[in-house]
Amino acid sequence: MVELVQLLFAGLTTGAVYALVALGFTLIFQASEVVNFAQGEFVMLGGMVTVFAMKAGLPLPLAALLAVLVAVATGLLLHRLAIEPAKGATVVTLIIVTIGASILIRGLAQIVFDKQFHALPAFTGDEPIRLLGAAILPQSLWVLGGAAAIVLGLWLFMERTLLGKAVRATAANRLAAELVGIDTRVVLALAFAVSAAIGAVGGILVTPITLTSYAVGTLLALKGFAAAMLGGIGNPVGAVVGGLLLGLLESFAAGWISSTYKDGVAFLVILLVLFALPQGLLGRRAVERV
Amino acid sequence: MAPGTRTKLLVLGALGLVLLLVPLLLPSAFHLRVAALVWINAVAALGLALLMGLAGQVSLGHAGFMGIGAYATALGPKHLGLDPLLSMGAGILLAGALAFLVGRPILRLKGHYLAVATLGLGILVHLVLVSEVPTTGGPDGIQVPRLELFGIRLVGPELWYWITGITLLLAAWLALNLEDSSTGRALRALHDSEIAASVVGVDVARAKLVVFVIAAVYAALAGGLFALFNRFVTPDVAGFLRSIELVTMVVIGGMGSILGAVVGAALLTVLPQALTLFHDYEHAVLGLSIILFMVFLRQGIVPGLAALVTRRRPA
Amino acid sequence: MNRRRLIFGAATASFLLPVAVVAAEPIKIGSFLSVTGPASFLGDPEKRTLELYVEKINAAGGVLGRKIELVIYDDGGDANNARTFATRLVESDKVVAVVGGTTTATTMAAIPVLEDAQIPFISLAGGIEIVEPVKPFTFKTPHTDRMACEKIFEDVKKRGFTKVGMISSTAGFGASMRNQCLKVAPERGIQIVADERYAPGDTDTTPQLNKIKASGAEVIVNADFGQGPAIVTRNVRQLGLDLPLYQSHGVASKSFIDLAGPAAEGVRLPAAAMLVAEQLPDDDPQKKVVLDYKTTYESTQKQPVSTFGGHAYDGLMLLVRAIEKAGSTDGVKIRDALRATKGFVGTGGVVNMSPTDHMGLDLSAFRMLEIRNGNWKLLY
Repeated sequence: MVELVQLLFAGLTTGAVYALVALGFTLIFQASEVVNFAQGEFVMLGGMVTVFAMKAGLPLPLAALLAVLVAVATGLLLHRLAIEPAKGATVVTLIIVTIGASILIRGLAQIVFDKQFHALPAFTGDEPIRLLGAAILPQSLWVLGGAAAIVLGLWLFMERTLLGKAVRATAANRLAAELVGIDTRVVLALAFAVSAAIGAVGGILVTPITLTSYAVGTLLALKGFAAAMLGGIGNPVGAVVGGLLLGLLESFAAGWISSTYKDGVAFLVILLVLFALPQGLLGRRAVERV
Repeated sequence: MAPGTRTKLLVLGALGLVLLLVPLLLPSAFHLRVAALVWINAVAALGLALLMGLAGQVSLGHAGFMGIGAYATALGPKHLGLDPLLSMGAGILLAGALAFLVGRPILRLKGHYLAVATLGLGILVHLVLVSEVPTTGGPDGIQVPRLELFGIRLVGPELWYWITGITLLLAAWLALNLEDSSTGRALRALHDSEIAASVVGVDVARAKLVVFVIAAVYAALAGGLFALFNRFVTPDVAGFLRSIELVTMVVIGGMGSILGAVVGAALLTVLPQALTLFHDYEHAVLGLSIILFMVFLRQGIVPGLAALVTRRRPA
Repeated sequence: MNRRRLIFGAATASFLLPVAVVAAEPIKIGSFLSVTGPASFLGDPEKRTLELYVEKINAAGGVLGRKIELVIYDDGGDANNARTFATRLVESDKVVAVVGGTTTATTMAAIPVLEDAQIPFISLAGGIEIVEPVKPFTFKTPHTDRMACEKIFEDVKKRGFTKVGMISSTAGFGASMRNQCLKVAPERGIQIVADERYAPGDTDTTPQLNKIKASGAEVIVNADFGQGPAIVTRNVRQLGLDLPLYQSHGVASKSFIDLAGPAAEGVRLPAAAMLVAEQLPDDDPQKKVVLDYKTTYESTQKQPVSTFGGHAYDGLMLLVRAIEKAGSTDGVKIRDALRATKGFVGTGGVVNMSPTDHMGLDLSAFRMLEIRNGNWKLLY
């Protein structure tokens, strides 16, 4: 029982971060059909900028805000300088552009910051909370709560604001959206900015637990992509479900099967799911546009 | 796009010429070693180019097959006492068999789902290589025995330059013939429109599977050659980044172009070696180059340049 | 007459000149280090140290009247890259000797290349397999992983414990040290009750630690370097595990304490004297060398010393000494001189090599440290 609770919380915490990355993937994918492999770099920027801003003397909230702003600026630049100019290229070409961008961002981070690992202090102390005999980190609750707040905020934005509706309209049918006067370029830029902000917040929340360095983005992008696909890409609910599921799979695989094969269990499940449901768990059975 | 006999001769002639010229222009052992690496990577990229260009299917886990070829070559002699060359053959067969087995369910998937499934496949292979420490040596890699033929040790960058170069030439020749064959024509039809192809009686699933297996075999061959040439392999040979590198080679060179795959392989093999001079700036420059190439030469280097040359007379 | 002498003089000068030019050609020393990647913790100070001291040596007139030219490549912690760069150092840069190899994995990958080329190679990595069995041209400066196990188990026994839970990385040094600890344990009367592993790059080891907790272990020993140990250390405290935790000399740098934070309090590890230079008794033979290096490094690099930079310092100085003693840049002669090293006082200890010992250190140079108040405390 103790072990079960322990693994559950470990899995949910990791899964929440995967979910945020997957959500970023989904947002950009919805607006542009681009799979943005630089998504993990936003998470890296969130953590690294906060670390260095705090070293420079800023308090945590300001440092975190600065980190989100840096990530958003990076996201907008990525859109303006790499995605816009490559508009109309094939899916694979666009994937490679974003991979190039992720290598570039990582390379720049390595120069601007450094190559070492860094930690952030936990927001509200390191003293574990006892729950049914398991030790839960207060920071885990921050991650889970933060992720939940983001998901809720995003949902409200999409459902309740005009801008959010414009994003959804663009996702549904770009041409029609343009015809009714939506500037789809702005919508796309917005998608990149929001994705970057979500990723950065995830990075800030999780750095006190997992540590960060200039190179943490690649693996997160991979896992986030897998999570988005598991849930069915283009579906925000699917992204969150996929992320949490992936985190739980890894945690329980590490605890009960083999810690070295935990990444494998997750991908094995993805393969099996896709063999059975070629559109992901919650994917739309839509026509492909390749 | 179908290469006629003339184009075929042109491509092979160009490759052969480069093969002859490189040792004259860059005679140092180190340069020949890098060139041999280019030829090896080009073989793998060629297979992937067939899959991507001809069948229109992407694989983000192709390095997994390279890993199978490389590790079979390393492990056969170590654990089973097999001849390295024989082990390499077994590795190629194994990779082909695996591709055949998983090919059908995987190739049923479309677009991004296909991407993530192949990605998962590559990661699983990589994970086995990393985790089975007693067998594979784990993340630290494993030594590969020297190749001996008829009692002669095959060593030295010069010899390997020719071994890999000639293999590439043969691989290119086979690929060109495949493009020109009836299977190739069926595949091109499939690339244009899967539904139309199946309507005119092309067994779509079978055609895709054939190319998937061929691509896997090419990758495993390249992996085996790499193991024998480098005499050391690490699981990175099967890693996600290697897979991405292979895809980038194909796309940068020009999807669906045989020469393009070679040019892409050359670029992505030589660039990192040259960029070590920049030390800290290495990654930034590599990333920037990839973006610039993709933005400004979207259809790839070889088709892009070919379009410039033949602009006056439409091909 | 005068004029003829002048011409003669000029002729001699022009005859001698090329010789002088040849003699002044720099001595090329190669290096491949993990400046980036998971072992950057180690590789970065190593690179800084090599560059710093080569500059100092050159400013002081060089070696054998020739300047040293340093060629450094960053292998990113990848064994395959290390292999490629070792080949490049041999075939393209034509170096005289190599000081490098941040990790056991990168070192082992490069050894065959350098051995084939008969180029003396001083590795900066910990694994015992580097020098056992002895390879003709391969040396190393840090203490071995086996010595770390022995030192740790000695301390465990002293505290009255016998049941050890091992947790180690599957890669390089971690894997090698795990094997050594398993081997050494019975000889030292230690029982390994749990043997958990994690992959390099893992950010959560709580499932493994939970298993160790359930195994009845009295102490935890973590074999790894880089960020892994920081994660393990944090996880141990996060789980509220109240067991003494041992790390290896693979974490002997201030950044480990920074990363692990308050969780690092009370962690013990065997390490070279460098970290506690000021706490050494005045009659300690290493005190002067260690303090000198520490002051030089900290005043120029504006960051705290680690033992890893010290390994690089020892390697470079051993090599320079050997080249001078050999009076030549011939690989075999340098090797012979290296083997004959006796009484060299480095940051890692007093080095006495022989044809059967290519490291030359004993347990006496290994200190047991404890982390207290965010700093190193010399226990004994």
